[in-house]
Amino acid sequence: MSRALAGWLVACYAFLYAPIGFLIVFSFNDGRMVTVWSGASMRWYVALAHDQALIDATLLSLRIAAVSATLAALVGTLAGYALARFGRFRGRGALEAALAAPLVLPEVITGLSMLLLFVVLEQLVGWPAGRGATTVTLAHASVSVAYVTMVVRARLAGSFTTLEEAAMDLYAPPWQAFAFITLPLMVPALAAGWLLSFTLSMDDVVVASFTSGPGASTLPMVVFSATRLGVTPEIYALATVIVTVVAAGLCALSLVRRHAA
Amino acid sequence: MTLQITGLAVRYGPVTALDRLDLTVATGELFVLLGGSGSGKTTLLRAIAGFVRPAEGRILLDGTDLAPLPPHRRPVNTMFQSYALFPHMTVAGNIGFGMRRRGASRAAIAARVAEMLTLVRLEGYAQRRPYQLSGGQQQRVALARSLAPNPRLLLLDEPLSALDRGLRSDTRGELVRLQRSLGTSFILVTHDQEEALTMADRLGVMQDGRLAQIGTPAEVYERPATRFVAEFLGAANILPGTVQADGSVDLPQLGVQVRTGRPATPGRILLALRPERLVVGDAGTPNRLSGVLAEQAYAGGTLTSTVRLADGTLIRTSQALRDGFGSVRLAIGGPVTLGWQPEACILLPPE
Repeated sequence: MSRALAGWLVACYAFLYAPIGFLIVFSFNDGRMVTVWSGASMRWYVALAHDQALIDATLLSLRIAAVSATLAALVGTLAGYALARFGRFRGRGALEAALAAPLVLPEVITGLSMLLLFVVLEQLVGWPAGRGATTVTLAHASVSVAYVTMVVRARLAGSFTTLEEAAMDLYAPPWQAFAFITLPLMVPALAAGWLLSFTLSMDDVVVASFTSGPGASTLPMVVFSATRLGVTPEIYALATVIVTVVAAGLCALSLVRRHAA
Repeated sequence: MTLQITGLAVRYGPVTALDRLDLTVATGELFVLLGGSGSGKTTLLRAIAGFVRPAEGRILLDGTDLAPLPPHRRPVNTMFQSYALFPHMTVAGNIGFGMRRRGASRAAIAARVAEMLTLVRLEGYAQRRPYQLSGGQQQRVALARSLAPNPRLLLLDEPLSALDRGLRSDTRGELVRLQRSLGTSFILVTHDQEEALTMADRLGVMQDGRLAQIGTPAEVYERPATRFVAEFLGAANILPGTVQADGSVDLPQLGVQVRTGRPATPGRILLALRPERLVVGDAGTPNRLSGVLAEQAYAGGTLTSTVRLADGTLIRTSQALRDGFGSVRLAIGGPVTLGWQPEACILLPPE
């Protein structure tokens, strides 16, 4: 029984991690073919370091992800707080529906409607002029707000109300009760929401493709178009770098947690 | 500090939580609100603190109407039942919170925090976090935090309910001593009648959003105004009867005349008898009833006996076992006499 279980476990891990493992191994492949091993080499890493287009795309994606996640965290916190604390208010139903839309609508629809919005806005008020990093950032932020709101609202539902009352009882006006009590206690939820938004933005190719313009290709867009021309192990090298950075980050986080506990 | 509440009503939709309630609490008084769950005692506390908006009535603190003031502008502090300590702050941070919000200087806050820690005997705990403290220590931090800004009135919502039994009775005495030495007025909410009787200067029994009776513990226990109060504060045997022209009470179902200790107007009444005021066995008291011993429960210091009267009514008695359990010579099913002094009679209005 336990043998069967262990076997099942190995199979599960293999299913999850084997593709990543192959990717890492083949990033050190010397040949041009992505599936035929022809000796170990660092040549694709060297090529990666000199591929300015790919580096620019990575930096652009990081910037868009960071800015859109921050925007989403700001707006999502307020929206989540309003939904969790203000009870019934005018337009509550509309707000909830608007926030749920990106969660349930296919990305293609979201991307297309964003594109339409930006085009119409440009015709009407002249802003945003053309499409590029700004429009992608705004589109990503508006999608991510839904996720941050969800996380924040779930954290606030039924929690901290007595603590907020205790703060107000001790002479803190409502905004101070929020700033000194609710906000600090919400930091983990905010961090989770921010990271979720960051990841969604880094990952997105559909919405970005619709809302981006010439000269503003995000990393997923570049990778996606590269695969159409045939993947080179350079993409593998890039993926390996990303996996390494993420893994290092997660390890650092768990170490910090273990020390804090 | 005088708190004056007149005609206070709080409604949650169709539910009336407080029903035109009147209450005055004097300077330095420890007033206890006693009531079952849903009687409105917590709602009253929350209305004074400002977390509940009354539909009618006034709350005056030293003549100032509190109605237009939000919670953070009321010179009243609350000690919450769950303590509501801020988990991300140290003990010192918690205790100093109120003074910081009022803009006190760092030095003043530090001095006050040290003073409060001494008061609740938690010196050396200033830098701990709430989760590192035991329940009793958290309770003391909560108390220190609510007292630190020197409120004119302190509201305590079941402050001892989260403590275990032994700690609770110690803390009870400590809280009363603290209140006496500070001279701050306390309003304490509890559902524990022993807590109410031992701690209160005056207490109020709440029933359905109203104060059924207000008085000193002795007044309310010895002379309950209604059947509800008689049964809520302590136990009572209730027998229907009629006051005669000569002031004695006739118990028609039992065919017995009872002498009472105080004058009463003729008419139908309920006679209430406290279990511990009844003597089992013929002790030569003026009032007597006979019946059959139905049940006996030994509780160490006391013996509770249930006696079935001729009409089937069960009467509970409670005797202190002064001479030990061995001195009791009564058999279940055997005949017993119950006796009591005229002063033990409590006359209640009929329902």
